[in-house]
Amino acid sequence: MDVEATLWMMHAPRPNHLKKAAPPADSALTKEKEVKGEKNGGKRVVPVQKAPRFYPAEDIALPKKSRKNPKPTTLRTSITPGTVLILLAGRFRGKRVVFLKQLASGLLLVTGPYKINGVPLRRVNQAYVIATSTKLDLGDFAIDAKIDDSYFVKAASKGKSSAEEEFFAEGKPKEKEAFPESKAADQKTVDSAIIAAVKKTEFLSKYLSASWGLSKGQFPHQLTF
Amino acid sequence: MGSTRLYSKGRILGHKRAKRNTRPNTTLVQIEGVANKEDAQFYLGKRVAYVYRAKRKIEGSNVRVIWGRVTRSHGNNGVVKSKFKSNIPPHAFGASVRVMLYPSNI
Repeated sequence: MDVEATLWMMHAPRPNHLKKAAPPADSALTKEKEVKGEKNGGKRVVPVQKAPRFYPAEDIALPKKSRKNPKPTTLRTSITPGTVLILLAGRFRGKRVVFLKQLASGLLLVTGPYKINGVPLRRVNQAYVIATSTKLDLGDFAIDAKIDDSYFVKAASKGKSSAEEEFFAEGKPKEKEAFPESKAADQKTVDSAIIAAVKKTEFLSKYLSASWGLSKGQFPHQLTF
Repeated sequence: MGSTRLYSKGRILGHKRAKRNTRPNTTLVQIEGVANKEDAQFYLGKRVAYVYRAKRKIEGSNVRVIWGRVTRSHGNNGVVKSKFKSNIPPHAFGASVRVMLYPSNI
């Protein structure tokens, strides 16, 4: 083996499994085990983690750590709290909706209000929204800090059902879980403030309950929203 | 019931091509109401859907879609080039296409 190759191998990063992990503070590296049987000494010191039985022939290279760090999403200047947005896709497409705030993930927190057009507190991506020039004056209204991204995360699905249970359950209507009371209460508190602001402008609640769509002769590149 | 259309209507004009050679991975789309290059800039990046029907049902529906995006403008008169997930078949030339309003920048 030539000298250069050995030098290179000495400097190459060791494969992951050979690197010693920092030993946890409490557990020892070795432990004592009792050995039964007549000829054995009685006690033996044995390592807690056995060394691996197999080592690859050559050191494997580690992938480089990426230096790309995503920046937080910038909110379009046309979107401010209280702006009426038009949803372009998803279950509530075409609905006019009130913007509340931008969440940490970059998604927009939005509400119908629910009583007006059936859109609940919901997260929406900025790219799927048209901001209109209609703005509500929300005044000092601030959203409860508990309504953040984790509020909207789906609950982990309950335990796996066996194949048989699933087979028999096929075709029968799935039982729906009742909408949690706390979420309904959150919706009401947010909406009461918004609806109070909506009532101040004439026709605004009818505007929010109506859906938007393109008609004949309307071309988006010529419209001002 | 008011209009529920959330897309611009367009037509598939054909594949990108020279006189004798075609490049089927890009198609030319004429968007209704768009007559010059400057107006076409609004639609760049917007998603496009070629919607069609077929006899066999897949997951309960006869309706099928090929999705794509508007990539750049073509010429001076508002025609636009777009690329689809799979190439648009030639029997679709002249067919309607939906130019969605998202990803939106308004």
